[in-house]
Amino acid sequence: MTALLDVYGLHASYGPTRVLHGLSFSVSDRGVTTLLGGNGAGKTTTLRAICGMVARTGEITFAGQTITRSSTEHIARLGVAHVPDGRGTFTRLTVEENLELGAITRRDRNDVVDDLERVFGYFPVLQKRRGQQAGTLSGGEQQMLAIGRALMLRPRLMLLDEPSFGLAPRLVHELFDILTTLNKREGVSLLLVEQNAALALELADHAYLLETGRIVFSGAAREIREDEKIRRSYLGY
Amino acid sequence: MPAPSEEMMEAIAEPAVPEVSAPRLVGHRSVIFATLAIALVLPFLVQSFLTFQLTLVLVYAIAIIGLNLLTGFNGQFSLGHSAFYALGAYVAAMLMDKVNFPYAATLPVAGIACFVFGFLFGLPALRLEGVYLALATFALAVATPQILKLSPLEYWTGGVQGIVISKPDAPYGLPLTQDQWLYFFTLLVTVIMTLLAHNLVASRTGRAMMAIRDNPTAARSMGINIALYKSLTFGVSALYTGVAGALGAIVVQFVAPDSFTFFLSITLLVGLVVGGVGWIPGAFFGGAFVLFVPNFAESISKGLSGAVYGVMIILLIFMLPTGAAGLVRAVTQRLRGQNIR
Repeated sequence: MTALLDVYGLHASYGPTRVLHGLSFSVSDRGVTTLLGGNGAGKTTTLRAICGMVARTGEITFAGQTITRSSTEHIARLGVAHVPDGRGTFTRLTVEENLELGAITRRDRNDVVDDLERVFGYFPVLQKRRGQQAGTLSGGEQQMLAIGRALMLRPRLMLLDEPSFGLAPRLVHELFDILTTLNKREGVSLLLVEQNAALALELADHAYLLETGRIVFSGAAREIREDEKIRRSYLGY
Repeated sequence: MPAPSEEMMEAIAEPAVPEVSAPRLVGHRSVIFATLAIALVLPFLVQSFLTFQLTLVLVYAIAIIGLNLLTGFNGQFSLGHSAFYALGAYVAAMLMDKVNFPYAATLPVAGIACFVFGFLFGLPALRLEGVYLALATFALAVATPQILKLSPLEYWTGGVQGIVISKPDAPYGLPLTQDQWLYFFTLLVTVIMTLLAHNLVASRTGRAMMAIRDNPTAARSMGINIALYKSLTFGVSALYTGVAGALGAIVVQFVAPDSFTFFLSITLLVGLVVGGVGWIPGAFFGGAFVLFVPNFAESISKGLSGAVYGVMIILLIFMLPTGAAGLVRAVTQRLRGQNIR
């Protein structure tokens, strides 16, 4: 499989504080890659660096285009949808307005209406709540809204920042089932950042392990799942 | 496709109470037409001084709508809107005084001048957030009256004396007094500006503005150019306030630097909060409040009028923390409840 996203020698910093020290990894077309690691490993920063939300150097290629110097808006327009940590809900707008904002850069208005129905198909609860203020949704519903909103961009690649965070276990499984469907049926590639390694490794085909801004291990997700030594020493389960 | 879990179904079953929702009563057509009908007959029923005051309420309302677009819908703060109001007023006054411009034609010129100025000011200022932006705009408000007094500009601005403008007569021989005509002229401008603001907020641009207010980071991830939208909003907000300033100059027939101090910015801010932040019709409640309540406070106690006004504002904030918007919503809900029964 060819790589949809290729990251080479990625450095990123917040002001004088350097957070990433030369990461290299890739996401294959229609594939699922996961970045694992503890707090402060640089997972969230990696996603932000790809989107151009933090100062970065290195080489980032998306679908054959270099995007290292592109603006966040431009990267979104290319088809990279970022589901940020904390879900990024537009709290005072309705659920439907939130979803429509996901498609704000698109010009094909008729297709957007179809896509809204498609998102409601995946997340029926959002349809029930379409006129409700998004800030009043539960945490799980807001996570669904964030993913649904990202889908409205018709992305080729979705960057997911801890989608399981703060959700009840049953809801987490439901959410990951939907992510699997999105990947298989819609062909959306996923770059998944997770603390819940067991769950992420089930969904992913490839995994990278981050520690303080460096990749300390990488391999096929299946191998890591089956290698008890790695699991014990790095993932703690 | 996975079925929704029980947990989700439970959540659906309980009716959620939205924290802040737009009151629908005032959005109702019949209410709008009834209000307009009253507004149209009012100047024939009241004395000319009250007509003049009502005209000023409308002028304030336009300025407050401008501030609301910035603060209520885009989440940016400004203590400098007196500067845009002043710019609009002076543009109108100078055009009429120096080049005999027809008064109606000064409005678009004042609006465009303020849009450009607001947009350019917004470009660097939008890097600032919250209190820092408030401070930067405060500087603008403080500087403006002094700049207007500068002697090199005196030929144009009239210096400390300001500029006196003559009051326009009703056109086409309409049987209206000058005050009545100005009221109707202002009402027409107000209706147009309100409709435009309403459409702007309902448009994609409006949604992008609100997305930036609610969550700038997420808005960027959606592909929204934050810098552009923030500057544009600043420009449009300044445009509204500038048109209000121009109208105000025509209505009051006079501009002078000290009419446009920092206190005017605060007056607009009070009007915004009293009317309801993020609710366009609130501007009319806010405009009426800032015009009539200080006078009322003065009628209670001349020496302590400021204190009385302050107490009234505090009481209002405690009783109606969401401004007139909250009151209208409560009334709407009560009316709806009775209808059901």
